[in-house]
Amino acid sequence: MNIFGPGRAESLALELIDVVKEYDGEPPVRALDSVSLEVQHGELAAIVGPSGSGKSTLLHIIGTLDRPTSGIVRVAGVDTSEMSDRQLSGVRSHLIGFVFQSFFLLEGMTAVDNVANGLLYRGKSLVDRRDAAAEALRRVGLGQRLTHTPSQMSGGERQRVAIARAIVNRPSIVLADEPTGNLDSRSGGAVLDLLRELHAEGRTILIITHDRELAASLPRRVSMRDGSIESVEPEAVGATR
Amino acid sequence: MSVAAATYRSRLRPADILRVGALGLRTRRLRTGLSTLGVAIGIAAMVGVLGLSASSREELQTRIRALGTNLLELQAGQGFGRGTQTLPADAVKMVRRIGPVTAVSSIATVNATVRRTDAISEGINGGITVFAADADLLTTLNASLADGTWLDNATSAYPAVVLGSVAAQKLGIVDVADELRVRIGEDWFAVIGILNPVAAAEGLDRGAIIGIDAAQTYVTGADIAPERIYVRTQDGAIDAVRTVLPPTVNPETPEEVEATRPSDALAAEDAASTAFTSLFLGLGAVALLVGGIGIANVMVIAVIERRSEIGLRRALGATKAHIRRQFLTEAILLAGAGGVVGVSLGAAVTAIYASTKHWKVVVPPIAIGGGVVAALAIGAIAGLYPAARAARLPPTEALRGN
Repeated sequence: MNIFGPGRAESLALELIDVVKEYDGEPPVRALDSVSLEVQHGELAAIVGPSGSGKSTLLHIIGTLDRPTSGIVRVAGVDTSEMSDRQLSGVRSHLIGFVFQSFFLLEGMTAVDNVANGLLYRGKSLVDRRDAAAEALRRVGLGQRLTHTPSQMSGGERQRVAIARAIVNRPSIVLADEPTGNLDSRSGGAVLDLLRELHAEGRTILIITHDRELAASLPRRVSMRDGSIESVEPEAVGATR
Repeated sequence: MSVAAATYRSRLRPADILRVGALGLRTRRLRTGLSTLGVAIGIAAMVGVLGLSASSREELQTRIRALGTNLLELQAGQGFGRGTQTLPADAVKMVRRIGPVTAVSSIATVNATVRRTDAISEGINGGITVFAADADLLTTLNASLADGTWLDNATSAYPAVVLGSVAAQKLGIVDVADELRVRIGEDWFAVIGILNPVAAAEGLDRGAIIGIDAAQTYVTGADIAPERIYVRTQDGAIDAVRTVLPPTVNPETPEEVEATRPSDALAAEDAASTAFTSLFLGLGAVALLVGGIGIANVMVIAVIERRSEIGLRRALGATKAHIRRQFLTEAILLAGAGGVVGVSLGAAVTAIYASTKHWKVVVPPIAIGGGVVAALAIGAIAGLYPAARAARLPPTEALRGN
């Protein structure tokens, strides 16, 4: 559509413009107040803030799990603001990978099948899904744990399975919500190292955390307070690779 | 945007809907088993009732076929002041003149005992009754011989006897090859035949049948009046014949002659069992309904318990429709499993009960197919509300509580 090459919007992994989120009430509760943010492809950044700062709401809106009251949300250049629920599901299945604090692995399913679920709603065959899942598991260092069930694995291993599930569909952006929150410092450190490695391979990763120390170790930090962005460090959105 | 919507579409293969629907059942086996049981019992009750009534009806039909619906039985009614219950001596001759009558035959009991040897006291009859019958009796009753021959015009006049199936057993006579004789009254009678069980006149099974002439000559020494007359008619004429029989046999007091149709009693038995069938079918339907409510209940609980799974699936790209289909499939599979178990259980109950009664086992195909279909339908209805609830759950809310 642009004969001079990809437009600015398409070069961004994520773009928020004046995003407002209000919850019904008397008076309405404003969880996000005019948030604007740009994240380039290949960035590793933290969204950091105390509880109640609006970072979870922001995660939901970036992840298209929730719609903003007003403003524009573009994921990999795709404007999701006006999309139907069904279309948003499609965006999630193709463009976004989630990592949750409490892993959300399905009990009674092997590691391979849990990771293969990351491709379940893409309509791929079971064989293809399992092949890609085994590859992703080997990538996160769990090549020997393919047929283990979650209850047979440690917390750190479970989170690595969840990370494999988040990257198996090759998303434009990986959203990790307090990925180390349920782990001891050693396995938490290993999970962070893994996320850094994936970033080094060129993936775009956003880590949502209340942990300022963790945020400080990342190349870029977006600090939230009372529903607004307090600061972005470093300010310049240069290539961080 | 329309380009993006077309590019990024969630898809769930039909085979994966089944897989995903079965997942909840595989991981919660006890609950699956228990909630399946409710539907299984309902379906088993209905299939069992249908199977048993079909088997017993088949048995009755077999007996009615053996009797034939064109058989009439005549006997002297309980007339006022009549001690002996006999029909006029020329009754058989009179009945034979009725146009549509195809066969007529009479029997009368003879007051005598049957013994293997004369060493046994004459007072001991062993529960065997001696009947005097004419040569047409076998064909009139559609009866058949297990061994030997029936009385013919020649042997009817001589000391020859045909034994009923039970009577032969009691006397210890298996076949006629040994040319055995039994003592009836004061004379020896040659055993020339043994009957198969007679459907139309079960009293004959415990009888020793001799010719009327032989009875008069060797046993009573007097004329024998018929007690009971069996009449076979042409198929359409049974009612007409039944009406004219009493006045034909006894023109003076026709009300003292009773004409019955043996197959009517079986048909009445059939009708009575049909009434019970609908009652038990109703009870089975109630059990099925309760089973369906149980499944709805279990599914509602599952949706509440599995909020985080629903949230995860939405995050992985599942649409509302995918979530709805998953839980609907789970409910249908639950009930369907109950249906399959129930049908097998019902068929097994039918087979066991029918074989203890020596009936032919009949499980109607409509009960098998209908049982499974009914279970699937119950599952679909029971799963409708829980599935809709699961689909309505906003992903952010589903992911929150864990």
